Amino acid sequence: MYLMEQTNTLFDDSIDNFPMEEGSLIPLLQQAQAVYGYLIYEVVEKIADYLGLTTSQVFGVASFYSQFRFTEPAKHSICVCLGTACHVSGGETLLEAFERELKVKPGESTADKKFDLNRVACLGCCALAPVLKIDNDIYSKVNVVKLREIWSSYE
Amino acid sequence: MNNFTELKEKSTAEWTALVNMAEPVIYLGMASCGKAAGADKIKGVILETLRKYSLTAKLIEVGCIGTCYLEPIMDITAHGNPRLSFGNIDERTADLIIRKYLVDKEIFSKKVLGHFGDKAFDGVPGFFEQPMLKSQVRIVIKNCGIIDPENIWHYIANDGYQGLNIALSKSPVEIIEEIYASGLRGRGGAGFRTGIKWRTCHDTEADIKYLICNADEGDPGAFMNRLLIESDPHAVLEGMIIAAYAIGAQQGYIYIRAEYPLAIRRLQNAIKQMHQHGLIGENILGSGFSFNIKIKEGAGAFVCGEETSLIHSIEGKRGMPRTRPPFPAVSGLHGKPTIINNVETLGTIPHIIRNGSQWFRQNGIDNNYGTKTFSLVGKIRRTGLIEVPLGTTLRKIIYDIGGGTQKAFKAVQTGGPSGGCLPRELLDTPVTYETLASVGSIMGSGGLIVMDQDTCVVDVARYFLDFIQKESCGKCTPCRVGSRHMVEILQKICDGQAEPEYLDKLESLAKLVKSTSLCGLGQTASNPVLSTLRYFRHEYIEHVNEYYCSALVCRSLIEYVVIKEKCTGCQRCVSVCPTEAISGPRSEPHNLDINKCIKCRACYEICRFDAIAGNAIVITSRKEE
Repeated sequence: MYLMEQTNTLFDDSIDNFPMEEGSLIPLLQQAQAVYGYLIYEVVEKIADYLGLTTSQVFGVASFYSQFRFTEPAKHSICVCLGTACHVSGGETLLEAFERELKVKPGESTADKKFDLNRVACLGCCALAPVLKIDNDIYSKVNVVKLREIWSSYE
Repeated sequence: MNNFTELKEKSTAEWTALVNMAEPVIYLGMASCGKAAGADKIKGVILETLRKYSLTAKLIEVGCIGTCYLEPIMDITAHGNPRLSFGNIDERTADLIIRKYLVDKEIFSKKVLGHFGDKAFDGVPGFFEQPMLKSQVRIVIKNCGIIDPENIWHYIANDGYQGLNIALSKSPVEIIEEIYASGLRGRGGAGFRTGIKWRTCHDTEADIKYLICNADEGDPGAFMNRLLIESDPHAVLEGMIIAAYAIGAQQGYIYIRAEYPLAIRRLQNAIKQMHQHGLIGENILGSGFSFNIKIKEGAGAFVCGEETSLIHSIEGKRGMPRTRPPFPAVSGLHGKPTIINNVETLGTIPHIIRNGSQWFRQNGIDNNYGTKTFSLVGKIRRTGLIEVPLGTTLRKIIYDIGGGTQKAFKAVQTGGPSGGCLPRELLDTPVTYETLASVGSIMGSGGLIVMDQDTCVVDVARYFLDFIQKESCGKCTPCRVGSRHMVEILQKICDGQAEPEYLDKLESLAKLVKSTSLCGLGQTASNPVLSTLRYFRHEYIEHVNEYYCSALVCRSLIEYVVIKEKCTGCQRCVSVCPTEAISGPRSEPHNLDINKCIKCRACYEICRFDAIAGNAIVITSRKEE
């Protein structure tokens, strides 16, 4: 509870830095997600109030963009790149291997809330395909056999 | 003496001091690609090695020089010798290279790529003499991997902000006419003349105008903008200020993908430095011209690469396109005249202003002047980022620069999801906006994906359409519904469940979507389908009639088989099979139960790289049964 209050102040303090105009909506949503990890209903209400929009308008915008999530993130985030270069080098097989090993579908979290599995359109490291990203670490030229070694190194 | 002369003198002094520095300098490529190849670990090794041997050296983090297949790359300047570059280094060789060179003055020849000096240097080739670099003409990316992207003095010392200084001494109309005369066309893909766009915006009366840099590099398989911003952010920012001055904009935005955190950091840092030196903000370089730039992080939507969608996104709305006209140059952001230029277009501007439009026209052919960067990826030997004059043939790019393919070449895909797949017969096509369009593809932003015999073009078409269908904003029906139907048909073909008449249906649907969609996304969505049907129809027919995928990619049409004669029974495949489909006692040929096999490829990979036999597991596709 204490933590929640603390983060609330963190976000409340920063909200005033954004001009009170519609153009601030996406940056505010990004800020909220940076603070809480996802878009909490109460925070979306707060943003809507601040900008003079309805919550449904805000959700309408938020749901359009793939960056925003509406559920609590897991401890680590796995992003399998499915850009064109990664696709032709077997990115899809990697994604399936994660689905099988972690028993989740893309967009879901594991039961123990340890990993989120995501597909990403391109990480821009095409010359080293196929690549995947766990949190901020990028792994290049990955294959199915190397996978277990990679994700099991995360606590 | 104006502010710029002072900046120039200071930067030259700093750069000369670095070049002539008595103590060694180590440059490490730390763009995202370098990091993905392990540059962070190498950095740790460098610091540790220096400590271990009590050496002093200056460590500078640079961007990427474009030879991504040689990452991680480390350069060293020492002993009064020219800067030497070492590639494909790992933790062990990094230590070895530094120790040998700095302590024993010996060059570790196995890993040396070349030197950056003006004259020949004992036994080491010139860096730019390498086959991948020899036929490139590097203008926009000339500083990439050479200078420290976080040090503004490095940029200024290498001709930086000189274009801006010249531009501010001229009138906006003179600048626009210079850009018009250069023939520069938008590098984002559509190829519209930049000078005309600017002129329209300049001539529109308004109290406020905007300039937007489009860094929403959404094409999967392309990274030209990421590399340029990460390696030389000031080049883009200088171009923005010149553009703003020419069109009369007061406020600028950089709309950049959130997936590029390093590029965003580099821009933020660069803008801060510009403020410190009067290169942005009020009264730039004492000229009376004022301009500010805000960074807007994209929130993940491919369609936002389209101008009008991008504007909606900056306004805080859903990123959906609208019909044009009015064009943004007349009525854009908040209804005001707005110019949206691609990163590379802006990165080219300072060079044109500095050297003149005639100089720019030395490169290129037939109304396609200057150079263009391409990201060369896929099944090609030398992957990376290249810059060549427009009009260079695909063959020269793929074979002379890229070193060709290891297995038989099948196709090259240009222009990302909006482009097409071109076959071997078209390799002599010069790369220009018009020639690529005439063969059913597009220039696009510069992604070149090379495919060999192991790539299935039907699968690639399905992949692109699946991408488009997920990214379609849903506003217009042809794109929303049409892309979905095309995916369904392509999926059936890949699954071996298609009827022969599906191919004609697919073709007419693709043509319909192309001619009736609202924005560029839908209008070009059919290109991957139409181009593959045009050049690789036989592959579609094989899938439909013979349930045969020659590339051995389409999952429903292939099987994994153990070649009994080759299998030594090492059991490595047994240990990795997730479904216990492979069995057999040690030292005897294994059995693979196709009913249990999920075709995950694990046994195939391990048999090739970690097993005794090496190639006992093969993939086959059944010909008609």
